[in-house]
Amino acid sequence: MSDVASREYDLTPTEPRAPGTPSYASVADYVALLKPRVMSLVIFTALVGIVRAPGEVHPVIAFTALLCIAIGAGASGALNMWWDADIDAVMTRTRRRPIPAGRVTPGEALAFGITLAVGSVLVLGLLVNALSAALLAFTIFFYAVIYTMWLKRWTPQNIVIGGAAGAFPPMVGWAAASGGIGLESVLLFLIIFFWTPPHFWALALYKSGDYARAGVPMLPVVAGPSETRRQILLYTLLLVPLAMSPFFLGMAGLGYGLVSGISGALMLLLAVQVYRRREGAPAEVAARRLFGFSILYLFLLFAVLLIEAIAPAGFGL
Amino acid sequence: MNDDNKKPGEAPDGVVLTEEQKRSRRSRSIAIAVVLAALCVLFYVVTIVKLGPAVLVRPL
Repeated sequence: MSDVASREYDLTPTEPRAPGTPSYASVADYVALLKPRVMSLVIFTALVGIVRAPGEVHPVIAFTALLCIAIGAGASGALNMWWDADIDAVMTRTRRRPIPAGRVTPGEALAFGITLAVGSVLVLGLLVNALSAALLAFTIFFYAVIYTMWLKRWTPQNIVIGGAAGAFPPMVGWAAASGGIGLESVLLFLIIFFWTPPHFWALALYKSGDYARAGVPMLPVVAGPSETRRQILLYTLLLVPLAMSPFFLGMAGLGYGLVSGISGALMLLLAVQVYRRREGAPAEVAARRLFGFSILYLFLLFAVLLIEAIAPAGFGL
Repeated sequence: MNDDNKKPGEAPDGVVLTEEQKRSRRSRSIAIAVVLAALCVLFYVVTIVKLGPAVLVRPL
């Protein structure tokens, strides 16, 4: 019997754990690999896709679809953390994640991610329908491979193109409920797609040091803050009318028209503030405000769509 | 050598888990069991929903 074989492993939680050594990982660490906050947004937008889709869907089937979409999103998160563990370790925002903190090995995260990805797609295909399963598989592939492994470290357009991955869930939900792809589901996709750049670039403006240290070519790192501010404003100018289009196209009611108009005007105002305030603390405050409000903005848009679909008569819409 | 053949007080072969590691392993095992049970319930309910209640009504 060797000393090495019988010793108790006592790694501190801030050191990477060598493969084959016993795990300290708790259930919470595995939940953290799923990126629960991202997952909650995915669940919410997918739910809107499900309830707004034409036709009837049994609540159990709808719940199953939502569960599979959520787990698929979680799998993408785990695969992202597996691949990006080196980046996560040097960024203040992510250095406490399970892999850089040494509580989960990269191999465990990879196995966890692949298992959940395959499982969620298979269950969605078997219990709901093939189209939604195919879309979910493509979403996971797009996020884990196209965005994480390729775009993120290669181009400042990473989150523009990669934003498609976050925009697919309402389409997957729509396909799960209706078996098809409608114009409204494409609009929901486009709203999230054009929302992503101003949202992430606002964050990147005041976290650009983190991204530079990690070698991630975010727009503020590569093109500078001025160009980023200009791009944020341009994308917001595209986003606001796009977000109002379901009302103008007759797909959403007056309530949505009012909420998307008012919140869109606020979003635009904050983007203009980010564009104009370029120095010191006011510049950071403006970027933080835009980042925070952008989350509320997307939530409001989808919440009103959800309410209108569930209780149209009660709201006179 | 099997640990069962060891004398009292003799150190066991292989990796010895700390109490914290044992607790973590137990919580992970319970979580896996809960997930498997939930999947069984889900598959059962979805089967009933897809086949309909008439699946239970058949000539004996």
